Amino acid sequence: MIVNSLLVLMMVAVLSLARTRNLFAVIVLSGIYSFLMATLMVALDAVDVAMTEAAVGAGISTVLLLGALHLCKSEEARPAHRPWLPLALSGATAALLIYGAMGLPDFADPNAPIHQHVAPRYLQNEVDVPNVVTAVLASFRGYDTLGETVVVFTAGAGIIALLRRRKHKPEGKGRDGE
Amino acid sequence: MSSGGVLEHFTYIVTVFLMVAGLYVVIARGNLIKKLVGLSVFQTSVYLLYIAPGKLIGGTAPILSPHYTVYSNPLPHVLILTAIVVGVATLALGLALAVRIKETYGSIEEDEITAADNAVQDAEDARS
Amino acid sequence: MENDLVLRVVGKLLIPFILLFALYVQFHGDFGPGGGFQAGTISAAGIVFHALVFGLEQTRRIVPDRLVEAMLAAGVLLYAGVGVAGLLLGGNYLDYFVLDPDPIHGQHRGIFWVEAGVHITVCGVMLKIFYMFASRSQRKDDEA
Repeated sequence: MIVNSLLVLMMVAVLSLARTRNLFAVIVLSGIYSFLMATLMVALDAVDVAMTEAAVGAGISTVLLLGALHLCKSEEARPAHRPWLPLALSGATAALLIYGAMGLPDFADPNAPIHQHVAPRYLQNEVDVPNVVTAVLASFRGYDTLGETVVVFTAGAGIIALLRRRKHKPEGKGRDGE
Repeated sequence: MSSGGVLEHFTYIVTVFLMVAGLYVVIARGNLIKKLVGLSVFQTSVYLLYIAPGKLIGGTAPILSPHYTVYSNPLPHVLILTAIVVGVATLALGLALAVRIKETYGSIEEDEITAADNAVQDAEDARS
Repeated sequence: MENDLVLRVVGKLLIPFILLFALYVQFHGDFGPGGGFQAGTISAAGIVFHALVFGLEQTRRIVPDRLVEAMLAAGVLLYAGVGVAGLLLGGNYLDYFVLDPDPIHGQHRGIFWVEAGVHITVCGVMLKIFYMFASRSQRKDDEA
């Protein structure tokens, strides 16, 4: 019940987000959307994900979006024509995806394939760490997490490359660091 | 296993709705920051797509304790946990690109950027 | 925002607890919800909060750019280093049970260092990104 009402609230948030042209309102709405998503994750028993989503989705990315907005214009231009083609394309994609989704197992079906494969072994607590998410993250799937950390590092390096302060001195000194 | 009912698949339908709404914002709107917000909505819908099937009615969060026997599936949680952090890192990379585009073109509207590019191209064509 | 008395007082009160909470999330991650990713973002959020209340220059004096850039790489190196340590002690890459005579204890040790590496990198990247955007907007203010 609470899951369904949160889902409806999220749909409302996204609809108003898509319709608004004031970018500040868009960013605030996306923060609200992220908090709703975090609450939904708690309702779906994914407490670790909820904590990350609340800190990252609603906290850090809102700050970053506002920081970027400060550097740009805060009002979106009025679209030149009615977006019929994107609407039709999105509608067709939605119809296809919903048709496919109807073939998925029911919500919270204990016999779904996802609960039969590796999850029972993860839940046997082989490494004696009660929080299974931490155990799987760091131990069973250590390679995955190493890869993700490298991706985060690469994104950071890319941003340094894009936004590093360059001071072009007339005597051709090039740049100097901070 | 699959009854085909709408109520049993409501989470999936909402997931598809959020996904398509994000897709719509990305392809229909010309503002780069709006596009990035749409992209992150798209990305967030994928989190829901992963987490929702892992839920079990009567289950609890996958933190083992002698008082419980039914736990949600921990694997999607792990995958999405890392995806969220990677998502914000890529969002920031996109924003950095948008800021650089703003500094170069003076605008983050797709139409104006294309117009500026076309003007430069026309000037070059006229010169040659 | 930098001259608001309420924000400054509340900020001074809250920031130590935010950082402490990050450490709790980090080290209690084995037993409750938490881990390197969450703790990294929470501690970065605490420092970002400091920058928003007290100004970027003040924060840069406490957490300098050089340190943040070192954190960026140090975390990944720490993570990869745990894998190499496993190799040197006779296991496969990222095998933790060889890190200690008691395999279960070795697992715990490996998870601890790996999570620490994740924390350092995530915190460094988030802070670096924020510094980059914030220093840009500050320069824009100076020019305006």
